[in-house]
Amino acid sequence: MNVLMPQLGETVAEGKITKWFKSVGDVVQAGDLLFEIETDKTSMEVPAVEDGTLTDIHLQVGAVAPVGAVVAMISANGVSGTATAGSAASPSGAKTANKDPNLEAALSGYGAMPTEGPQAPSRGSLVAPSPTQGALDPFFEVRTPARNYGPARLSGGTLITPLARRLADEKGVDLGALTGSGGRGRIVAADVMAAASSAAVHRGQLVPAESKSNIVALYQDVEFEEVPLSGMRSTIARRLVDAKQTIPHFYLSADIRVDALLELRKQANDAALRTGEPAYKLSVNDLIIKGLGAALQRVPAANAVWAGDRILRFKRSDIGVAVSVDDGLFTPVIRDVDRKSPSHISFEMKELAARARAKKLLPAQYTGGVSAISNLGMYGTRQFTAIINPPHSSILAVGAVERRPTEGPHGRPVFASMMSVTLSCDHRVIDGALGARLLETLRAVLEDPIAMVV
Amino acid sequence: MSGMVFDVVIIGSGPGGYVTAIRAAQLGLKTAIIEREFLGGICSNWGCIPTKALLRSAEIYHYLTHAKDFGLSADNASFEFGAVIKRSRAVANRMNGGVDFLLKKNKVSVIWGDAVLETAGEIIVKQSKTPAPKDALGPGSYQAKHIILATGARPRILPGLEPDKKLVWTYVEAMNPDTLPKSLLVVGSGAIGMEFASFYRTMGVAVTVVEVLPQILPVEDAEIAAVARKQFEKQGIKIISGAKVTKLDRKDNSVTATIEDGKGGGVQVVTVDRVLSAVGVTGNVEGLGLERLGAKIERGAIVTDGFGKTNVRGIYAIGDVAGPPMLAHKAEHEGVVCVEAIKGQHPHPIDKRMIPGCTYCFPQIASIGLTEQAAKERGHDIRVGRFPFAGNGKAVALGDDQGMVKTIFDKATGQLLGAHLVGPEVTELIHGFAVAMKLETTEEELMHTIFPHPTLSEALKESVLDAYGRVLNF
Repeated sequence: MNVLMPQLGETVAEGKITKWFKSVGDVVQAGDLLFEIETDKTSMEVPAVEDGTLTDIHLQVGAVAPVGAVVAMISANGVSGTATAGSAASPSGAKTANKDPNLEAALSGYGAMPTEGPQAPSRGSLVAPSPTQGALDPFFEVRTPARNYGPARLSGGTLITPLARRLADEKGVDLGALTGSGGRGRIVAADVMAAASSAAVHRGQLVPAESKSNIVALYQDVEFEEVPLSGMRSTIARRLVDAKQTIPHFYLSADIRVDALLELRKQANDAALRTGEPAYKLSVNDLIIKGLGAALQRVPAANAVWAGDRILRFKRSDIGVAVSVDDGLFTPVIRDVDRKSPSHISFEMKELAARARAKKLLPAQYTGGVSAISNLGMYGTRQFTAIINPPHSSILAVGAVERRPTEGPHGRPVFASMMSVTLSCDHRVIDGALGARLLETLRAVLEDPIAMVV
Repeated sequence: MSGMVFDVVIIGSGPGGYVTAIRAAQLGLKTAIIEREFLGGICSNWGCIPTKALLRSAEIYHYLTHAKDFGLSADNASFEFGAVIKRSRAVANRMNGGVDFLLKKNKVSVIWGDAVLETAGEIIVKQSKTPAPKDALGPGSYQAKHIILATGARPRILPGLEPDKKLVWTYVEAMNPDTLPKSLLVVGSGAIGMEFASFYRTMGVAVTVVEVLPQILPVEDAEIAAVARKQFEKQGIKIISGAKVTKLDRKDNSVTATIEDGKGGGVQVVTVDRVLSAVGVTGNVEGLGLERLGAKIERGAIVTDGFGKTNVRGIYAIGDVAGPPMLAHKAEHEGVVCVEAIKGQHPHPIDKRMIPGCTYCFPQIASIGLTEQAAKERGHDIRVGRFPFAGNGKAVALGDDQGMVKTIFDKATGQLLGAHLVGPEVTELIHGFAVAMKLETTEEELMHTIFPHPTLSEALKESVLDAYGRVLNF
């Protein structure tokens, strides 16, 4: 059977093999780690789903291949490794390796059957078959939601015809960028074909081909090094251009006095130290995360995101935190911030940051969320503005804590610990006054922090 | 009421014209329709509907004469030809009255007479030969912001084959003959030719069909046409294809026809009671003043864009007069798209690949999209599915299990490129594929659609399954 490049998330199109745990000729058992892949969002170890012998490795370390590409071949108990494409998908097939391969493959499309085979793995964690055309043989296989050309309805509510979905996949057209000309804005085949013929919308193409060479031409006389775009860099570029162009940003700044916050942090960390083995060490950022969660709870209208034709307002507050890594950044999301203690948040944040730096975040750890925090205070940055990370409706840019003179009792200047923050808001969801209320609430929460920890 | 001003005036009240008028009225446009002969046009009066009435009589007669096959007895089954014709006319009259009612209901003004375009915004209506119905507006000058020509088509006339209404018929005489001829020569094997061939053969007439092309039903998929041909020949219809009628010798009450093999080989002479000329139709573009306004006409049809617009501002054309395929349902939809565009809406232009075609002979033929050959010619890498009605339980139970469903898919995208059916009630089945094509379903959605059992429609799904080697009941 073929081992295929897995689908790691809705928008992930390709993966890069970074490591092989097995070599050709190795006997593998279902569950054994086969190889490691890296995508523009994450890296992941991919296990075998069936027992057998690794007979062929098609993609060596460093190779990049689209989702669904054949990565390797495992043959069941020495049988020649040319079994039917797609049987790799069979979670239920894992225990039926000795049965008729055709039957097994035919069963695979129905996904895990509760009465047989191991527990169905969650989507994205296993080898999912190809969304690219040709890889699915309609004689043996059927398409399931997990192995599709993408959803029939985009997050904004736009519908897409089956043929249009397939053509978009084949032509590499980003459906999110299209306007449907069918009934009720449905995207039809003609829209995809029109988009495919206009080069600018091609996947990953950030700058039209002609202007690329124009830019290079400008620097002809200058010495430069060409840095090829990593998957992550392309994704960051595409998403942020998109965010800055489509989200109507506005910015609100405030200075927050954090003497009480620093004192609270010191007391809490000292208390942990006194226990001998400290169970936690809170950072200022952990408390800001908690504070933003509390503020969003108090201003529920801002605890919402734009969803194309409607606004989604949430009960809980999930907050993303930008984590800088070597060649880019990740924004893992801490869920339900308001109901977690600062120490809990601190622990989770350390865990997520470590995973992000190791590029081992799971899709479930970086998707969703309502707002985010970007903190450049440790670099001494006093104040800055951040670009909203879609689908969030706001982002808080946090500057350094500084001792600044302020007016004290009797008009005398005193020094206080001050921190400047800037809240970027999506005007489609958050109007000026609402954003100002959220920021004012955040200031109040952080200046009188004891309320948020009890 | 001369001098009245309308938003939209439609010339011709056939299926294209009257549907266009209703849609225009629905959109709030002040609408009038001009007719000179029959409300409902050819379709209701001399085409689609009365022929279906004739074919229904023939079908029931066929069952009566084959009652034994069903364990029934109907000895001495016979018919009174005049009564069959009378029923057909009654059906036509009822439909024609229906159009009158619908126009009134939608407050569409009916103007009676012959129309000539004076300018792009003015129409002169003259007295016509047929008396005006009650409440219709009379001759005079009418103003219109938008003029939609829906004047239809008429039988094409080939030199030597000129119809004379007595011995050499067009479909009009074939539908309303004085007596049943003993023998009939049908020239042309398109939908009109084969429907009448089928009708007269079932009524016991000796029928010969001559087709100039090697294939009968030339617009249909070759494989389907071959299946149909076998059936026709089994019923006793004599088919001479790849041949031409070169001479008609008209006697008192018979015609002797000379038929020449296309390759210049054999010549045969047949003598028949009547000849039906069914060599196609041509658009009614004359006498409307189009030449004077400079409207572009090519091959007997007014040239339009996908929304019925001609090259003259304010003048539109839909239906047969705007070119093939000359089908009532194509005319209707063109009209709807045309007035919606006039109203400033944004309809999709008509996609000619998605117009189903139906021939109501025995066996019935229905198709949509590309034939196998056309798909190959356009460079599609295709998968073809076939399913015979012999494998369909309902067809066997009906005692009508001849024919097949053929589907053609693009291999790469799974797009349904075409569907071609011959057999029982296929004209009532083709819409399933029309919907599928319009919604851009691929083979996967079709394979996952549940068709009811036991129905003829199951053959549609089986054909799709067969395209992928997954056929179940054959």
